[in-house]
Amino acid sequence: MSENVHLSSQFDEDLGRLRSNVLQMGGLVETQVMAAIEAYKTGDMTRVKNIIEAEHTVNDLEKAIDDDCAHLIARRQPAASDLRLVFGIIKIVTDLERIGDEAKKIAKGVRRICEAGQLPSDYGAGVRHIAEAALGMVRESLDAFARLDSAMAEAVIRADVDVDTEFKSIVRQLVTHMMEDQRTITTSIDILSIARAVERIGDHAKNIAEHVVFIVDGRDIRHQGKDKKANEESRA
Amino acid sequence: MQSQETPTLKAEARNLNFFYGQMQALKKINMPVYDKKVTALIGPSGCGKSTYLRSFNRMHDLYPGNRYEGEIRNTNLLAADVDPIEVRMRVGMVFQKPNPFPKSIFENVAYGLRVRGENNRRVLDDKVERALRDAAIWEEVKDRLPEQAPNLSGGQQQRLCIARALATDPELLLFDEPTSALDPIATAAIEELIHDLKKRVTILIVTHNMQQAARVSDYTAYMFLGEMIEFGKTDEIFIKPKDKRTEDYITGRMG
Repeated sequence: MSENVHLSSQFDEDLGRLRSNVLQMGGLVETQVMAAIEAYKTGDMTRVKNIIEAEHTVNDLEKAIDDDCAHLIARRQPAASDLRLVFGIIKIVTDLERIGDEAKKIAKGVRRICEAGQLPSDYGAGVRHIAEAALGMVRESLDAFARLDSAMAEAVIRADVDVDTEFKSIVRQLVTHMMEDQRTITTSIDILSIARAVERIGDHAKNIAEHVVFIVDGRDIRHQGKDKKANEESRA
Repeated sequence: MQSQETPTLKAEARNLNFFYGQMQALKKINMPVYDKKVTALIGPSGCGKSTYLRSFNRMHDLYPGNRYEGEIRNTNLLAADVDPIEVRMRVGMVFQKPNPFPKSIFENVAYGLRVRGENNRRVLDDKVERALRDAAIWEEVKDRLPEQAPNLSGGQQQRLCIARALATDPELLLFDEPTSALDPIATAAIEELIHDLKKRVTILIVTHNMQQAARVSDYTAYMFLGEMIEFGKTDEIFIKPKDKRTEDYITGRMG
């Protein structure tokens, strides 16, 4: 990304506003995830309500940013780094919106558990732990976007492996739990869906980080792990 | 998506310097020109892109004090021992403003052939028709061939000039801002034509319109102050240029 300003100061303003709107949306989604983790820890129903209500704002921001991008493309025909930025933003807001959805799923899961007269935190620290990790990924992917720092983005991508591994181990624990005591099945399934939502949040944060790498370096690094694996398998 | 095959080389500038008297206008230009591809030359005014373009048909030879160093290598086209007149037969050129001769539509297209000594009416009829068809203007002018060419609309005149350039069967076509005097519809017609023509000729186009370069070309070269800053596939130049100066130019930033 060039540090020089555009000949058109209006263009600079448009791009600047676009970026700050994405960060605003990112901040909102980050708060939703944070609140979801708090709700999980404490069973606080007001937080649950807030998370569910914030969804409208996130959705509106997604639409507004998409609309701004369409206008900017139509009026400015951005090229090179500007094009990559706009293209990346369109993809980032989709992932942000999905992170918001996942936070809502967590909140609803917490509500179901609490309504059954239980506390999710009674079911071990595993979910809380990966939730903190996923939240960290969201935060850092947004930081990487704000600073246009591809090294930072790549660190987020690497962090996703740990979240995935921990998710699998949580699944194993819950299965054991359910086999031992059938009365825990209903709540365990809710915990499982919460853990799945957390794991998805990590995936979306990883996607955002991949978009940041594309914006900054013009490299498309999506699906590399999977493709490599598939190649190796087809060769074997 | 662009295909991966390596294109064949049509011409190649090697360490090309050019001087207008004392003033050096081109500095060590190295650039391949690929066969049956469109290469766009972009850059701010005075960067040397038109000068470079005109080196390909030896137009600079017409003025005293102009001097080349280095070479434009080419499959038997631009060797020093080739007569500039012969070169210009095989390298067609179209300018910014349509410049039909004050003659009939037919005679404009037949002109290059007559210069070559072709006077057989049947041959001329055939070749004129083919050139006009190739320039996508035949349907519009077939019933008015004896009319004066300057009476045509600007867009038609420009396509007539392209037909005139095509009549001698050139291998290379040079376009120097061919649409900057035309409206968007006529511009689209010329761009469509460029797309069709590259099936059989190699095209170099100078344009100030970056979107046009992005639309019509396979390769793009960015020039600045007489230097070739960056040459690459158009897709790459417009999504991920390597040089910061290219980036600043195509994104409209101040260097």
